Amino acid sequence: MAESQPTAAPQKDERVREMSSLRKALIRPELGAICGTILVFVFFLSIASDSGMFAPEGIFNWGTVSAQFAIIAVGACLLMIAGEFDLSVGSMIGFSGIIIALMSVQWGFPTWFAILVAFALALAIGALNGYLVVKTGLPSFIVTLAFLYILRGLTIFIAIATTRKTIIGGVKDAAEGDPIAWLFGGKVFNWLFVWLADLGVVGKFVAGPKAGQPVVEGIPMLMIWALILIIFGHFLLTRTKFGNWIFASGGDAQAARYVGVPVNRVKISMFMFTAFCATIFATCQVMEFGSAAADRGLLKEFEAIISVVIGGALLTGGYGSVIGAALGALIFGVVQQGLFFAGVESSLFRVFLGVILLLAVILNTYIRRMITGER
Amino acid sequence: MSDALIELVDIQKHFGPVIALNGVTVSVKAGECHCLLGDNGAGKSTFIKTMSGVHKPTHGKILIEGREVNFESPRDAMTAGIATVYQDLAMIPLMSVTRNFWMGREPEKRIGPLKFFDFTRANQVTMSEMAKMGIHLRSPDQAVGTLSGGERQTVAISRAVYFGAKVLILDEPTSALGVRQTSNVLATIDKVRKKGIGVVFITHNVRHAMAVGDRFTVLNRGKTLGTAERGNIQAEELQELMAGGQELAQLEGSLGGTV
Repeated sequence: MAESQPTAAPQKDERVREMSSLRKALIRPELGAICGTILVFVFFLSIASDSGMFAPEGIFNWGTVSAQFAIIAVGACLLMIAGEFDLSVGSMIGFSGIIIALMSVQWGFPTWFAILVAFALALAIGALNGYLVVKTGLPSFIVTLAFLYILRGLTIFIAIATTRKTIIGGVKDAAEGDPIAWLFGGKVFNWLFVWLADLGVVGKFVAGPKAGQPVVEGIPMLMIWALILIIFGHFLLTRTKFGNWIFASGGDAQAARYVGVPVNRVKISMFMFTAFCATIFATCQVMEFGSAAADRGLLKEFEAIISVVIGGALLTGGYGSVIGAALGALIFGVVQQGLFFAGVESSLFRVFLGVILLLAVILNTYIRRMITGER
Repeated sequence: MSDALIELVDIQKHFGPVIALNGVTVSVKAGECHCLLGDNGAGKSTFIKTMSGVHKPTHGKILIEGREVNFESPRDAMTAGIATVYQDLAMIPLMSVTRNFWMGREPEKRIGPLKFFDFTRANQVTMSEMAKMGIHLRSPDQAVGTLSGGERQTVAISRAVYFGAKVLILDEPTSALGVRQTSNVLATIDKVRKKGIGVVFITHNVRHAMAVGDRFTVLNRGKTLGTAERGNIQAEELQELMAGGQELAQLEGSLGGTV
């Protein structure tokens, strides 16, 4: 009989005193990622500070790579907190890119229209992913794994069937003067860097066609998008009613349904948001390179998930933080580019990444137990 | 029976060839604790799911304050003031007490064109509602996972009460709890009853039922064996009715009356 086993009586007052305010401020889902970020910066400042990694060009180098990771990590983070995975992110990046290039270069549509179509298709595929997961009750791991192959195959097929190549170039010329293409490929705040260069803070090109221009032209739109998505995701998750539904759907879908949370709607919209983020990534990439390739975005789904997990989210859902995921992306970007700056054999990057992932997950598990009383 | 908040008359529920309920009649009055007793498989779960709108009865009618109703979904039952607290599905352990308390009914405040979760108000209400039930939280952001099983039940109960439940169904709230937590939950039931809410307390533990119950209905093999008022029935009789035979009585004898 359950009754005959007395459990520890709740000693509320003692617990109130036990937790100092400093400890309370420290114990948060992002703590692991914050420690990791500090550690990674200290490490690279000590081994690669004279390599130009922390000069303006260097910062923009790893900053851009981190921003790329962050864009897809925000989507993956919210989806993971809602209790699902999306393994089709990488394929979606390839697919959206090819759609944009194909429509604008091959078929001559205006670039803005090509971009809108890519977003519409991506959202529809995201919704289909979500619908299948919700309706069949299959693990999203399997459903989106299927889409990883379906989308990648379709992308290569469409590219070859229409152009006989898997790389479509010439997007930059097609996008010349387009009303919205600059939102993805452009750089902003050029004046700021001209001013900084005049002050001598940022270097100038001394020769070539760009002589006299600052070495950093401006802040790439990619970074702006990353910031917008991080801020949007963070507020959505922590400050809104919908954010509460995201946590609830991932924490315990049945309990959430019993109190009237529209769990299916939440999950489907998070699949759509992930696809949206993947398309932002793809559009920025296509606009920057001026080309799309059918094999773009390979393994990006795992990189997104790794960033999210380093950021303290729980793989089974219901717990995590967008700020953590963004820091995870930063760690990822800094390590990848930092090892290059430090002149370390590039194959060691994966070793390094694996070690960080493992350490982060161990630390995060410990932190989470303290916060949630999980046993 | 006009003073009953909810009446379920001759409820039958068939799942294909299986007859889960075969004529169950129960009514719940305001301010009473109606204990529904029964052994595993007696039909308790099916019955409360019918009551809370999860299942539709195959036969029989449900009356709320005298009017016949048809619940299409749990949402309908909730709107009619019937709240159910499930034993293991009451709370999400990874989420804070406030987030759990307001789940599905988040208060919002408007800042410009945007609407945000009003945490100031939500936290305030959560803390004061919990204090009324005798639970003093360290902070409203505390995860529910850090609470004991009894405290979790209490959060779920006070949530239902705060959101205007007229009938509160508690599905085996004490079956997984220790002695002290059980008495806390029973005390909470008493507080809820005093507010004029009709409580349906499902249990297979006669002693827990006797501690707070005003009326007792025993379910056995999908049928009600009648309803008894407090004071008109002894714990031993209830035990015997639940078991539906002599076997347990003999067993009880050999165990020295501890079951």
